[in-house]
Amino acid sequence: MCDIDPKIAHGYKKSMQPTLTELEILGIVPFGPVTKDRAHYALRLSFPGWNGWKPGQFIMLRPPEFGLELIWGRPFSICHLTPRHLICFFRVEGRGTRIISKLQPGNKVLVWGPLGTAFEVCLDTPTLLLAGGMGMAPFVGYVASHPQPWNLSMVFGHRDALACYPIDNISDDIQVDSLRENEPGDLENFIYTMQERISDCASQNGVALACGPLPFLRTVKHLAAQSGCRLQVSVERRMACGVGACLGCVCKTTPRWKFGAALPVQTCLHGPVFWADEIEL
Amino acid sequence: MDLNIKLDGAHPLVLKNPVIAASGTFGSGLEFKPFGDLAALGGIAVKGISLKPRPGNSGIRIAETPAGMLNSIGLQNEGCEVFLKQKLPMLPWQRTAVIANIYASSVVEFGELASQFNDIEEVAALEINVSCPNVAEGGAIFGASSKLCAEVTKMVTRNAPKKHIIVKLSPNVADIAEIAKSAEGEGADSIACINTLLGMAIDARTRKPVLGNVVGGLSGPAIKPVALRCVWQVYRAVSIPVIGVGGIITATDVVEFLLAGASAIEVGTANFMRPDACFGIIEKLPEAIAACNAQSASELTGSLILD
Repeated sequence: MCDIDPKIAHGYKKSMQPTLTELEILGIVPFGPVTKDRAHYALRLSFPGWNGWKPGQFIMLRPPEFGLELIWGRPFSICHLTPRHLICFFRVEGRGTRIISKLQPGNKVLVWGPLGTAFEVCLDTPTLLLAGGMGMAPFVGYVASHPQPWNLSMVFGHRDALACYPIDNISDDIQVDSLRENEPGDLENFIYTMQERISDCASQNGVALACGPLPFLRTVKHLAAQSGCRLQVSVERRMACGVGACLGCVCKTTPRWKFGAALPVQTCLHGPVFWADEIEL
Repeated sequence: MDLNIKLDGAHPLVLKNPVIAASGTFGSGLEFKPFGDLAALGGIAVKGISLKPRPGNSGIRIAETPAGMLNSIGLQNEGCEVFLKQKLPMLPWQRTAVIANIYASSVVEFGELASQFNDIEEVAALEINVSCPNVAEGGAIFGASSKLCAEVTKMVTRNAPKKHIIVKLSPNVADIAEIAKSAEGEGADSIACINTLLGMAIDARTRKPVLGNVVGGLSGPAIKPVALRCVWQVYRAVSIPVIGVGGIITATDVVEFLLAGASAIEVGTANFMRPDACFGIIEKLPEAIAACNAQSASELTGSLILD
């Protein structure tokens, strides 16, 4: 047996090897008002038969309705997995999500997963969850399965109404401070709130986990660096294969990358969850 | 059903079936292990290898387009040494043909790179990517001129004399048959066609190109008609075997390429539609071949009926 460089082998160590399965849609449930410009949905799929998964991981989903027109599967964070179903949470953004939003219970879709890396679960450690809009999705499963939920708290920034997000699942279990961006000044307030909370987290030697749009992640990364707070970010990149083959979804690494100097790394394989100081945003 | 293929000639290449996973779409092959038995494939053309590691392009590298996609990955790879020492040993090279796709930025560098593989038993063939730019002399792609393509082919065949050499042609040329003949003339063992078509995508809202590199290679079902035409033209121009590639999604697509003149084919973008695409095509191939009253894959090659 040859000694495989951990740089190469790392990408293949997961909670479990991904599978490809045809799942049934059990329900597509709208969250909040559904308009031409804004539509949020919870997507409930039949149980994929996985024997292990970790919050932070994602799936690639491709309905046959994509035909030959839309080639790629679409990546969705795993919002939650129960013994009976797999739940994703999405917003209609483009042609792919629009088609998915119109699927019906009983429709079949191809799903491959679980893919990618998971959020860190640190025992006996204050853990601050920072969610920006749709970035809340993977935290639902994270909170539900965390062995010590009393160590968790969340700051949630959003633009659409609270009803558009699966917040109820989380606020039942942990303290959630949600701040909505309605007017000028709201954003500054949100950033200030995060700064305070990240600073507190650092002083307790805690860890922060962030998921949301890129400008949000960049701000959080900057604040965490300022306070010396350990931070993981879940990064969203355009994806084609989802399994690490095409190199379409890469992030550049920093000198602090776990394996030293490296070529750009696949977000679908070495991410989507990264330690913030290891990659460039 | 006999799916065996022999790419015959000075360096015969035998494949258990005509389906090769295309370079750039299948990583090192290992990424697809969860979705099928790699040894079931006729061959795996690994992600393009250069002499030294390359980081690839910055910015957005992929864009979905109608019935296809653009890519400008920029040939990111870990370099020849890492491939040979780390990745190759993990591939089932005894049971499937491992094809090393290689590219370089000068004719001389192609020779250096090819020589690294000459004595490597685990690599069944080299696939020469001539769709990359000749950086050393102005940046036009090697495969755009008969003269340059011949020079590269000659350099590679001289430096890897033990190996089956596949020259993978670009369709972004005026006369692909001419380019194919020039490669054949310098000892290419087979011709793969086609690589991607040069294309572009624009975001109307931001007024910017989608790709960081502005332009990229178009692949997928949209290019199948072009690929079929190129296979047909090249098949009639050369005597060496042709490997067809471009937009193959189904087993019936495979049959179409065989009819056009291909002895084997490569499946690329389809791997993104579902990661078990290659395996599914192989499973359905006997049925698709039987549907045209043939008993084997090889008998279909070039049997297009022209009135």
